[in-house]
Amino acid sequence: MEEIVFDFGFVLTHYNYWMFVVLMMTGLYITVSRGNLVKKVVGLNIFQTAVFLLYVSMGKIVGGTAPILTGEPGTVYSNPLPHVLILTAIVVGIATTALALALVVRIRETYDTIEEDEIIALELAMDTTAKASAAGSER
Amino acid sequence: MSNGLIGVAVIDILLFLFLVLTAIAITRLRNLFAVVMLAGVFSLLSAALFVTLDAMDVAFTEAAVGAGISTVLLLGTLALTVRDEKPVTHSAFLPLLICTIAGATLIYGTLDMPPFGAADNPVQTHVAPDYLERTPVEIGIPNTVAAVLASYRGFDTLGEVVVVFTAAIAVLLLLGGGGRSRRHDDVSDERKKD
Repeated sequence: MEEIVFDFGFVLTHYNYWMFVVLMMTGLYITVSRGNLVKKVVGLNIFQTAVFLLYVSMGKIVGGTAPILTGEPGTVYSNPLPHVLILTAIVVGIATTALALALVVRIRETYDTIEEDEIIALELAMDTTAKASAAGSER
Repeated sequence: MSNGLIGVAVIDILLFLFLVLTAIAITRLRNLFAVVMLAGVFSLLSAALFVTLDAMDVAFTEAAVGAGISTVLLLGTLALTVRDEKPVTHSAFLPLLICTIAGATLIYGTLDMPPFGAADNPVQTHVAPDYLERTPVEIGIPNTVAAVLASYRGFDTLGEVVVVFTAAIAVLLLLGGGGRSRRHDDVSDERKKD
């Protein structure tokens, strides 16, 4: 049993990744469990931000500084590459959010609701009416 | 080294606790206006976390786009739709189970990750030092992030612009079409007939 000891150093160098997993799963939970479409979009945004934080934390160097060159020799800079990728991802993220919200607005105009359950019930009702009228015209 | 790590850890964990509390409040609240405001708070807190991770450019983009534009878009959607969420009817057991399993798998995956903040991680040893050395010589500006974004990886940024342009066209087609209000009337007419 002596091998299983609480490795404080390991926790200190990995807790960061676990924090973002917790945040990501909170976002996933909101997206999966709530029926309201606006809330689903907010959940997706939380999920997305957690991924961004994970990427940026991989580029961090403890004791380093932001990758803006000071010209002083011996300065340690964090990795600029994840920052660039995430800058692009944030802007693409807002574009997809805008598209999702536009779809929500159109869904509300057509179905008069933005609750997933009610939309499914309405679609089922529409299917039955369509089938019934098709059967009626065949006769 | 270790002291620096603990210093970073304290601020990190504090901000993270605030983030998780905000996310839990978003899960539980049914007033969508409050949810949107808390989503803005969430973005602002994550921008603060980006600052502690040395990502200044990401921090102010997140503060401007996440806490600003995204909140405006969500508020606009609320104005065009509804203000309150209906109570959840089905049980939360299955989503909770899925999230727990997915989270446990991801945490298992992080056990092989290189230690946080070490200067000799694989991610730090390939192209990053090259960019840092060559930016002042080849591009001549101090901000490496801007140099990589607009010059070394300019085609990435072009692709990003194409994505934003496509999304803008799609939003305009969905919301700004001339036939929109007419079609809406058709639907409500049908409903009245039913």
